[in-house]
Amino acid sequence: MSIETRAPAPPAPRSKASFRERFVPFLISAVSVTVVFGLAARVVTSAEHWPRIKLQFFNLEAIRAAFPTVFRGFLTNMTVWVIALVAIAIWALVLAIFRSLNGPLLAPLKVFAILYIDLIRGIPSLLLVLLFGFGIPALQIPGLPRTGLFWGGVAMVMGYSAYAAEVYRSGMEAVHDGQRAAAKALGLSQWQTMRYAIIPQAVRNVLPALLNLAVALQKDVALLSVIGVRDAVREAQIYTARTFNYSSLIAAALLFLAATIPMARLTDYVARKDQERRFQRTV
Amino acid sequence: MQRIRIDNVTKYYGQNLVLDAVDLDVGEHEVICLIGASGSGKSTLLRCVNKLVPFDHGTIYLDDVSIDDDRFKFSNELHKRVGIVFQAYNLFPHMNVLDNITLAPRKVHGVSRATAEKQALELLSMFGLDGYAGSFPERLSGGQQQRVAIVRALATQPDVLMLDEVTAALDPELIGGVLKIIKELRDKGMTMIIVTHEMGFARDVADRVCFLEGGRILEEAPPDKLLSRPEHPRTQQFLQRIIEAGRL
Repeated sequence: MSIETRAPAPPAPRSKASFRERFVPFLISAVSVTVVFGLAARVVTSAEHWPRIKLQFFNLEAIRAAFPTVFRGFLTNMTVWVIALVAIAIWALVLAIFRSLNGPLLAPLKVFAILYIDLIRGIPSLLLVLLFGFGIPALQIPGLPRTGLFWGGVAMVMGYSAYAAEVYRSGMEAVHDGQRAAAKALGLSQWQTMRYAIIPQAVRNVLPALLNLAVALQKDVALLSVIGVRDAVREAQIYTARTFNYSSLIAAALLFLAATIPMARLTDYVARKDQERRFQRTV
Repeated sequence: MQRIRIDNVTKYYGQNLVLDAVDLDVGEHEVICLIGASGSGKSTLLRCVNKLVPFDHGTIYLDDVSIDDDRFKFSNELHKRVGIVFQAYNLFPHMNVLDNITLAPRKVHGVSRATAEKQALELLSMFGLDGYAGSFPERLSGGQQQRVAIVRALATQPDVLMLDEVTAALDPELIGGVLKIIKELRDKGMTMIIVTHEMGFARDVADRVCFLEGGRILEEAPPDKLLSRPEHPRTQQFLQRIIEAGRL
């Protein structure tokens, strides 16, 4: 059914800004950026010590020579990262659920979760890595893995889970009380309410925050280098120790940047989508 | 037969008395409307009946069995037999309409997915919601969401349905559709306790109307009597204000 309208026709699509209107601001910013950065580069490269800095840190030949081993180490970093991410996502959720439990019978789990989160969050990651990575293999318990890689990874998972559990918890608390009331009124048990009503909404609420932690972890996996894991940083250090040239560390830095920058963009994207979703709901 | 017997129920929120020794009987196929100002205890009374909130004294019976009896304590029977619909719908936003409706039958009452979905689709079609089974709540209008919430409460085939200001959050033009299905439910013999501010609707649908104030039922009578010739001065005052506000 169409209603005849008396309103004037809708405005024509905004006419394209004239070439000058669009081009001039772009030209100005391009020129000013080029000039400022060019001058800065000029100042840096004309400094007295620049040739030595360049040789030590930005030596293309050294970067090329160190790259294969550093890259192999970097793959170790990323493998640890991916496995740890999955383990953290699960373990932290378990902790958050423990922490949210009510009822006297379940009190031990709740107390465990509170103690765990308080203790682990209060200990530096580096210390955890040293403690697990050196400490547990030294016990030489039969049947347990003895590599620093494994136990260092465990330390990262333990440490990050404490943070991620708090993130999950905030997401659970942000779910409206009416949802719990509705679930209870339908006869869902405490666990079913969690499983079907609260957790799915909580995870969606906190996805951007969790991704932020994932970006942080992506760099922190380099802590495993201190317990002798041959990751990118360790390999770069080995090269440096052999040649007294620090360009290998720059190579490792570039590799980390190549991984973290896209990840950060993805986080931004997810956060923006999340904002749009919330906005739509309130409208 | 009395479906629900509320006997001397008293409830405090901290030091605040919200239900003051309330007695109320609800017979089978009877429709009771609770009216009264905000804070008079209407919603709390509903929430006591299906144990969403605990009460401090008194007893509530469902078919002559106390709702604190072991029979209800260790099963889902109370929630299966007494459904509630909220003012803010409280649909699960991450589930589509069909999953919202079938969740309790499947997960709480062990109905197979096929059966639960078949029943849900029948109910949806009965309430003019054909074609919305796959939609998510946020895509529906407030009136449609509230109808879905009513269907969700009916999906466990309750004996008693409680409606807590179900039209208070709706645009005026959407209220009619919701009130219509409540009338249909009444005609089918559903036992209902309805908290409402729609006096015209209460007159149409209720067998008895209760006026609450300060956690007490001050007056209880058939709608024609209570809404036209109230006895209690407070009821008269309340209705006078509503008439002045143009809501009767």
